[in-house]
Amino acid sequence: MSAFLSIDNVSRLFGPNLTTGEKIAAKLGAKVETRSVRAVSDVSLTVARGETLGLVGESGCGKSTLGRLIAGILPPTAGTVMIDGAPVMENGAKVTTRVQTVFQDPFASLDPRMKVGDTVSEGPIAHGLTNKVKTKAYVAEWFERVGLDPVWVDRYPHQFSGGQRQRIAIARALAMQPDVLICDEPVASLDVSIQAQIINLFLELTRDLGLTTIFISHDLSVVQHVSDRVAVMYLGRIVELGPVAEVFGKPAHPYTDALFGSVPKLVLDADELVHFDTIEGEVPSPLSPPSGCYYHPRCPLATQACSDQQPLMQPVTERREVACHHFEEQIAKGLDKAV
Amino acid sequence: MSAPVLSVRDLRTHFFTRAGVVKAVDGVSFDLAPGEIMGLVGESGSGKTVTGFSLLGLVDEPGRIVEGSIKLNGTELTTLSDVELRARRGRDISMIFQDPIATLNPMLTIGQQMKLAIDAHERLGKRAADARATELLTQVGIPSAAARLRAYPHEFSGGMRQRVAIAIALLHRPAVIVADEPTTALDVSIQAQILYQMRDLAAETGTALIWISHDLAVVSSLASKLAVMYAGRIVEQGPTATLLRDPRHPYTAGLLASLPAMAPPGAPLAQIPGTTPSLLSLPPGCPFAPRCDRATAECAAEPEITFRGDRGWRCFHPVGQAEEVTA
Ligand SMILES: Nc1ncnc2c1ncn2[C@@H]1O[C@H](COP(=O)(O)OP(=O)(O)OP(=O)(O)O)[C@@H](O)[C@H]1O
Ligand SMILES: Nc1ncnc2c1ncn2[C@@H]1O[C@H](COP(=O)(O)OP(=O)(O)O)[C@@H](O)[C@H]1O
Ligand code: SF4
Ligand code: SF4
Ligand SMILES: [Mg+2]
Ligand SMILES: [Mg+2]
Repeated sequence: MSAFLSIDNVSRLFGPNLTTGEKIAAKLGAKVETRSVRAVSDVSLTVARGETLGLVGESGCGKSTLGRLIAGILPPTAGTVMIDGAPVMENGAKVTTRVQTVFQDPFASLDPRMKVGDTVSEGPIAHGLTNKVKTKAYVAEWFERVGLDPVWVDRYPHQFSGGQRQRIAIARALAMQPDVLICDEPVASLDVSIQAQIINLFLELTRDLGLTTIFISHDLSVVQHVSDRVAVMYLGRIVELGPVAEVFGKPAHPYTDALFGSVPKLVLDADELVHFDTIEGEVPSPLSPPSGCYYHPRCPLATQACSDQQPLMQPVTERREVACHHFEEQIAKGLDKAV
Repeated sequence: MSAPVLSVRDLRTHFFTRAGVVKAVDGVSFDLAPGEIMGLVGESGSGKTVTGFSLLGLVDEPGRIVEGSIKLNGTELTTLSDVELRARRGRDISMIFQDPIATLNPMLTIGQQMKLAIDAHERLGKRAADARATELLTQVGIPSAAARLRAYPHEFSGGMRQRVAIAIALLHRPAVIVADEPTTALDVSIQAQILYQMRDLAAETGTALIWISHDLAVVSSLASKLAVMYAGRIVEQGPTATLLRDPRHPYTAGLLASLPAMAPPGAPLAQIPGTTPSLLSLPPGCPFAPRCDRATAECAAEPEITFRGDRGWRCFHPVGQAEEVTA
């Protein structure tokens, strides 16, 4: 499999953003938070052209940060992101238009004072993808592609529903003719009956345009539906990666197993006593992650080795990787359950 | 079945705004037995929260209950004075709000807030109050609860704050708790823990629960019966499993069909066309008609709710009707 998008040892630290006063107070020994957060830690992955990679994990695990690093919105503290062999950022600045982003809240991400047609044409004009003469037709074409009536170009964002605003945000991203699309919770803020419309639009456009996509969502059923492969994150690290059916079906990492087990499922049988597999405890503070495997305080399979040594990503099968000292035990456990 | 602890009939709560009358709740009827859990599902703006507020007598200007009856243990609530309502709120019926941050006072310790909530309805000394608070915090899964009484809300994670809000709602062992999307803002792992505890607590204490959610999967694993809201009305209600397996209202059927789990991976999902209506400009007739593929001329009139056994729906052409006629 050839790597079209490659993410190589990418990390991102966030400093505590202290004011001068706080810095002085810290020097004098006051209780000021001076530790940094490692939001994304040594992430390496490759995505093939046209592939959709889902990114899942609990709140704060670094999904959005990784998405912004890949999109060139945020510079990494270490590592590089390349699209088709060319870097996304150089010297802390984005140097490509080949990657674009669609965010969760289409209202926050659209300028309320700008006509939606101008929102869509702004980027393409600035980058010479269209010119003043052709703009109208260019915008109309993208409006139609995302299922909006081109007569609406002169309206403002507040005149649209949530689902329509998300269509505008998608049109704005696609009008830049990207090869890579980062979708960060694109349907999370939408009503259930509208989510299916946007997911269908997404499936149709990624296929027709051959887009390579990173799809971030806390809704595992959505990720399962749209993704080819999925990456599971925990406290800034990727802990499992592989084809979506395999990872969801036979988790090789205890955290993946627990995460999927804790998702409420649609129950259609009244007599079925619903059983929740809950994960013990909560995600530790990213300011002071545990030693060794970050998951060890919550892991039912943890041994001494897990608190001593960080497990690195290693192959399980040809297309699967996992970071766990006891992944074989986890897989065996899954097989026991299935019998 | 035991006598209902809560009985709601044709509840209508409207807001008289400058732009017009918002009929936020416009036809809600249900019964709730002791210890029973009912899921109230619907999209944003469908009237779930206003229904909950109406049950607690918390609807403020410019809104008011314009019609209907709410009977809690046989007492009609809609005609009670504010003072009488306040005496019941927190003691006989309580509510857990979507945002735990808004519920808790950041300036007071958890212990102080729980003491205040106890004092509202009961005289208990500090020691007895602390003991009660500790017991409830332990019950909702807060480790070393006695020590945590001295903590402030900001020292707790979102999941723990929501547990505190639940413990406060449980303090007086109310007959009914309305939980308004209490786990929506939380991670799935924490959500599962809380759902599990709530289900056990309802069974143990006999408290009936109304669980408001937009997530069918969440309520399907928790509630024994469901009410589906659309544009202020309950459009379908019944036992959870039967309702989900055999939906009668086209909106419920459409929602279920659109779930990603219902289609093979990567295949287009069934979708409901159009958008959710604005309650300000609802056309007469069935509010779902503009989006409904079963709509006929008849649907220009408003369908009344039809009850068949323990199921109810508000539709002239319910899904599955043909099958029923031939059967
Ligand atoms: N600008 C920032 N400054 C400091 N810390 C940050 C910043 N952005 C993110 N973080 C921290 O980095 C970690 C990862 O955050 P991120 O937003 O990537 O999580 P996420 O997985 O997208 O979570 P969610 O599911 O809630 O969206 C968190 O601990 C967060 O608090
Ligand atoms: N204070 C208010 N004034 C005017 N309209 C309101 C007020 N509160 C709620 N509404 C309207 O009532 C309807 C139902 O709201 P709500 O019960 O909050 O919906 P849900 O909880 O189902 O998302 C919405 O159209 C909302 O805009
Ligand atoms: S390395 Fe150890 S603690 Fe970490 S997930 Fe695997 S078994 Fe659990
Ligand atoms: S009453 Fe008519 S429009 Fe309304 S849901 Fe039933 S069939 Fe559809
Ligand atoms: Mg995020
Ligand atoms: Mg609400």
